[in-house]
Amino acid sequence: MTGRADEPLRNPVRPAFDTPSTEDGVIVNIGPSHPATHGTLQIIAELSGEKVVRADVHCGYLHRGFEKECESHTWHTLIPYVDRLNYCSALINDFAYCDAVESLMGVEITPRTRYLRTLLSEYSRIADHMTCIAASVMELGAMTAFLYLMTIRDWIYEHLADLTGARVTHSYGRIGGLAHDLPEGWLDRLEEILDEYEEYVGRIHGLMDRNRIFIDRTRDVGVMSTEEAVHWGFTGPMLRSTGAARDLRRDTPYLAYAELDFEVPVGINGDNYDRYYVRMREMDESVHMIRQLVQMLPDGPINVDDRRCTFPEKPRVYTEIESLINHFKLVIDGPQVPAGEIYLAHEAPNGELGFYLVSDGTGTPHKVHVRAPSFVHMGGLHKLLEGYQLADVVSTFGTVNMIGGECDR
Amino acid sequence: MNPNLLERVRARLASEGREAEFAHGLLALSLPRPALLDTVRLLKDEFGFDLFLDVTAVDWPGRDPRFDVVFHFYSTRDHVRVRLKTAVPEKDPVVDSLVPLYGSAAFMERECHDMYGIVFRGNDDLRPILLYEGFQGHPLRKDYPKEREQPLVRYRE
Repeated sequence: MTGRADEPLRNPVRPAFDTPSTEDGVIVNIGPSHPATHGTLQIIAELSGEKVVRADVHCGYLHRGFEKECESHTWHTLIPYVDRLNYCSALINDFAYCDAVESLMGVEITPRTRYLRTLLSEYSRIADHMTCIAASVMELGAMTAFLYLMTIRDWIYEHLADLTGARVTHSYGRIGGLAHDLPEGWLDRLEEILDEYEEYVGRIHGLMDRNRIFIDRTRDVGVMSTEEAVHWGFTGPMLRSTGAARDLRRDTPYLAYAELDFEVPVGINGDNYDRYYVRMREMDESVHMIRQLVQMLPDGPINVDDRRCTFPEKPRVYTEIESLINHFKLVIDGPQVPAGEIYLAHEAPNGELGFYLVSDGTGTPHKVHVRAPSFVHMGGLHKLLEGYQLADVVSTFGTVNMIGGECDR
Repeated sequence: MNPNLLERVRARLASEGREAEFAHGLLALSLPRPALLDTVRLLKDEFGFDLFLDVTAVDWPGRDPRFDVVFHFYSTRDHVRVRLKTAVPEKDPVVDSLVPLYGSAAFMERECHDMYGIVFRGNDDLRPILLYEGFQGHPLRKDYPKEREQPLVRYRE
């Protein structure tokens, strides 16, 4: 591309308003790279004194053409991209995507994989909620709580690295199964971490729940009613904090959730405090589910016996021509997914994570569309900011838990 | 799941001469473009589909009309989903906006406009959302080459 050095930089966004609506109004720009926000988001706000009157939210700074890139990969090789949507809980993205492809192919996963995926989804949810709570309380100055939560989260990441080989983006799901089975002693370490979790989260409750400063900063800030939340498309903890017990794990059970005993925690006011508390309670429920799943976990194969998606074992690839051809066809052409379309959603930590896939019958998707909860929440974010203080912008944004990877794709 | 509800929706809408079928746990409806807004209003007010999930388009180059605009709705009461699909030609890629019915449609329609150039009549804020001001073309159209670059800041020599 051509361009001259003296050419002025073009503004990537056009603000919705550039003149204040009142005489004492001031328009300020917050972000996209602001030291107090985690996530690249730009908010153009009109202030009256310290109060936010209007807010214009811009996202897209992390857009990397995910959906376009997916159209030139096989169904298998785009799994690492899918990981990078919500990178705080990459496994849930993996499993939602694989579930969608498997449903389109009519593949039914093995019982062991079904329980393992459920277990790992809940484990990721704990890590994701911890990241969100840690960051949002740190923004209010709670450094100790941040470090306690990050300690546990890092143990979880290390533990997942033992399983998958990577701390954050695991690429562990496979169409029709998983990359490999659990290593020796993994479940023992899991129980240790869950015990430590209870100890540390108890300390967080002690530090935060009845803390005067924390309550003053979060109670009745960023309030939303259930009707409004539904109107703005909110799902997940954002919707549940308003008092609506809507959870896909309960409402449209998938994986092994129908067999589990768990509660759907809800808030009362739909404010920042409720979003904090709903996430804290959800982590407890996840631990409760993991303990049940460890008891239920059956033995058996993890990959389905289906040559359309599962790779043949290596010794057979080297000794039989059929397996060799099978291997090559899966690598080069990809799994052949019957023509059709599917919308399938899992309950991700942020809300409804939906995959809309369109196949034209080949090994490469015709279209992969992600219904990302963060992106939808950004559409209603201004409602949570308007009418509150400028200082609340950062803490409210923290409790929304916008993840740039899935929001901007 | 409440299969009776979907059956009722199907009976009601199929009687007006449209395609309706069950696929992968949801009811998929194809309908002509002018009927979109009324159908969505019916779904929302009469059948309780209160959560607007998603809007996107699918590009079928060589087909006329070229684009499918695809909407998904969810009922938070009955826990079922409906998909609406309507075809629009390349020359006139306009559909009615759902912003009067659902606030969440605003951002998602902006994204669909970015990516496919679908125009949502009634949404007066179709500024770029994932792309930037001045971006040429619509990247998810099949005729937009993947390698094409439009850097906002020029590369260093």
